[in-house]
Amino acid sequence: MSEPVLEVRGLSVDYGYGDDAVHAVVDCDLTLRRGQVLGLAGESGSGKTTTAMAAIRLLRSPGVITAGQVLFHPRLASAQSRARAVDVLEADEEELRSLRWSEISVVLQSALNALHPVISIRAQFDDLLEAHRPSLSPGQRLERAAELLEMVGMSGDRLGCYPHQLSGGMRQRVMIAMALALEPQVMILDEPTTALDVVTQREILEELMGLRDRLGFAALFITHDLSLLVELADEIAVMYAGRLVERAPAASLFRAPRLPYTYGLLHCFPPMHGDRSSMEGIPGSPPNLRELPSGCSFHPRCAWAMPICRQKTPRLRDLNGSGRAVACWLHSGEVAIPAELARADL
Amino acid sequence: MRALLRRLSVYLVAAFVALTFSFLLPRVVPGNPVAGAVARASQSGACNAQCVRAVEEQLGFDVHTSLLSQYVQYWGHLAHGDLGHSWSENAPVLSLILSYVPWTLGLLGVATLMSFLAGTAIGVLLAWRRGSWVEWVMPAATFFQAIPYFFLALVLVLVFGQTGTMLRWFPSLYGYDVYSDTPGLNLPFLFSVIGHAMLPAATVVLASMGGFITAMRNQMVTTMDEDFVLVAAAKGLPTARVVWYAARNALLPVVSNFSIAISLVVAGQILVEIVFNYPGIGFHLYDALGKLDYTLVQGIFVVITLVVLAANLLADVVYVLIDPRVRQAA
Repeated sequence: MSEPVLEVRGLSVDYGYGDDAVHAVVDCDLTLRRGQVLGLAGESGSGKTTTAMAAIRLLRSPGVITAGQVLFHPRLASAQSRARAVDVLEADEEELRSLRWSEISVVLQSALNALHPVISIRAQFDDLLEAHRPSLSPGQRLERAAELLEMVGMSGDRLGCYPHQLSGGMRQRVMIAMALALEPQVMILDEPTTALDVVTQREILEELMGLRDRLGFAALFITHDLSLLVELADEIAVMYAGRLVERAPAASLFRAPRLPYTYGLLHCFPPMHGDRSSMEGIPGSPPNLRELPSGCSFHPRCAWAMPICRQKTPRLRDLNGSGRAVACWLHSGEVAIPAELARADL
Repeated sequence: MRALLRRLSVYLVAAFVALTFSFLLPRVVPGNPVAGAVARASQSGACNAQCVRAVEEQLGFDVHTSLLSQYVQYWGHLAHGDLGHSWSENAPVLSLILSYVPWTLGLLGVATLMSFLAGTAIGVLLAWRRGSWVEWVMPAATFFQAIPYFFLALVLVLVFGQTGTMLRWFPSLYGYDVYSDTPGLNLPFLFSVIGHAMLPAATVVLASMGGFITAMRNQMVTTMDEDFVLVAAAKGLPTARVVWYAARNALLPVVSNFSIAISLVVAGQILVEIVFNYPGIGFHLYDALGKLDYTLVQGIFVVITLVVLAANLLADVVYVLIDPRVRQAA
C-alpha cells in the first residue's frame, strides 16, 4: 500500500458552543493514501462534508473543531529525506493559504454556486494563478488556463464565458480544471456529480478517473451513493450520525458488508451494472444529532439490534487481518453473526 | 444594449408623465398664478383688462384657450427650452435654473458619491468583522438614518456652524462668502465654496450613509455564506480577494436600490439647502413657493424630475456594466 498523504486522527467537530453544541463529528480517523480514492459515504447529516471541510479548516460558523489532528504529508523532496508532516489544524494563516488548493483542492456539489456568478471564468483562473504562481506572466496564466480547460475536455475559448453561459456539466468541468490548476496532492470531491444528470455524471466521473490515473492525485470522494463509490474508490469509509462505522476495501465492502447500516445502504441504490434486485430502504430516518439514541445510534433502525446496542456505543475495531474495521456489537465475537453480514471476503 | 434602450424608453414615459403633471398641477389647484400676479399689479395701480392679458402672456398661462391647446403650447415651449419668465427674479426661468443647478449638483454629487463609497466600504467591513467591536457602527448608522435631514442640519449648525453657539468651525449660511468673494475661478472663492459646502455636505453624507451601510452589510452577510466565497477561501486567495469576491456580488442589489435611495437624498437635499440658505435648486424652490412664483416653481419641478430620472438611468447603466447576466439578457 502506498504512503499516506492525508491523515485525519481523532477529529471531532461541534456546531455551536457549550451545552447546546451538536456533535457533528466524533473521533473520526481516516487515512488517504497517495494516488488513491477514499470514498466517504453516509446519509445526509452523517458528517461527511463536515469532516472534509474541517480537514481543510473551511467549516462554516458555528462549526468548531474540538479535537484531533489532520496531518498532511508533503511531496518527498528526495528519496532519503522524509518531509515533515504539517498539522493543518495547527497551521497559521500563511501556511494554510499556501497549503490550500496547491496541495488540497475542493470540488463542491453545485458548480453554479462554487463559481463566482459575475466574474468571468478567465478572471477566476487568473486570480488563482496569480495568488499561487506569482512568477507567471499574464500571458502564461492565460495559456495555462486554456490548457487546463482542454484537459477536462473543453475548448480553451470558453475562458471568456461567465458561469451562466455554461451548462451544469461544463461548470463542473471548469471547477475540476480549476481544482487541478496547481497540481494538488489531494482533491476533496464533495458530491461532485449529484447535481448532474446520469449521463453527464458518468462522463465527468470517467474524466476524473482518467485524470487521476494521469496526474496521480489522491481523492477524498464524498457521496451518499455507495454503488457509485464501489466503482471509483479503493477504500470506502461509512459514516453514521457523526461516527465512522465501517471501513473496508471497496470491493469487499460492496460484496460483503459487515455492518447492518452498510447492508441497508447497499440495498437503497440500484447498482449501475448487474442483475436487477429488489430495493429495500433503511426503515426510519437519520437521527437528530441533538437527541442521539443511547448506545449505538443506529439501534432503533437496526433489524439485528440487541440489548447491548441500547446501552453501549460500539468502537471502531479492526477485524482480524482483513484490512477492514467495523463498529458493531454483532462483530464483537460474542454472538453469532447473521448470514447477510458474514459473507466471505474476496 | 437592448436592455438599456428598453429602460431608456421607460424613463421617457416617466418623464412625459412627470412633465404632464407639472403642467396640470398649477392649473387644477385653486387660486391661479395670474390672479396672484394681477393682485400684485393692482397694488401699484388698477390693473385693467389689457394689463391682465399682458400678465397672462408673460406667465404663459392663457386661461382663455382650451386646456388642450395650452398643453400643446406648453410642450412647444419646453421643446425650445422656454420655461417661462420668473416675475420675482425678473429673468427667464431657464437661465435662473442653470445658475442654481451647479450648486445643487456639485453638493449632491460629491456628497452622494462619498456617502455611497464610504457606506458600502463600511458595510463590507461590518459584515466581515461581524461580532467584533465594529458592530457599534450599526446602531449609530440606524440612528443617523432615522434622523430627518433638516434636524441633523440644525444640530450641525448649532455645534459646528459660525452662526451656532459652540465650535463655530464652518460657515453655515450661503454657498460662498457673498460679502468678500467674487465668484469666478479664483482661489479665495474656491476655498470659500469648499468651506461653505462642509456642513451641508456633512449633513447629506451622515443622513444618507446609514442606508448604504445597512444595505451593504446585510447583503454581504448573505453573500458570505455562498459557496463561491467558501471556494475563494479554499483556493487560498489573499483575504482581501476573498472579501472582494463576496463584495462584488453583494454590490449588485445595492446598486439597483440606488435609484430609490437617490430620490430620498434629493428630497433631503432640498431641506438641507433651506436650512443653510444654500443657493441651489432646493433653496430657490422654497423661496419661489413663498413668493407664489409659479413659473419658477414649475420650472424647478421639471428640472428635479429630469435630474432624478437621469440619476436612475445612470444607476441602470452602471448595473448593466457590472452584471454580465443582465448584459446577456439584453
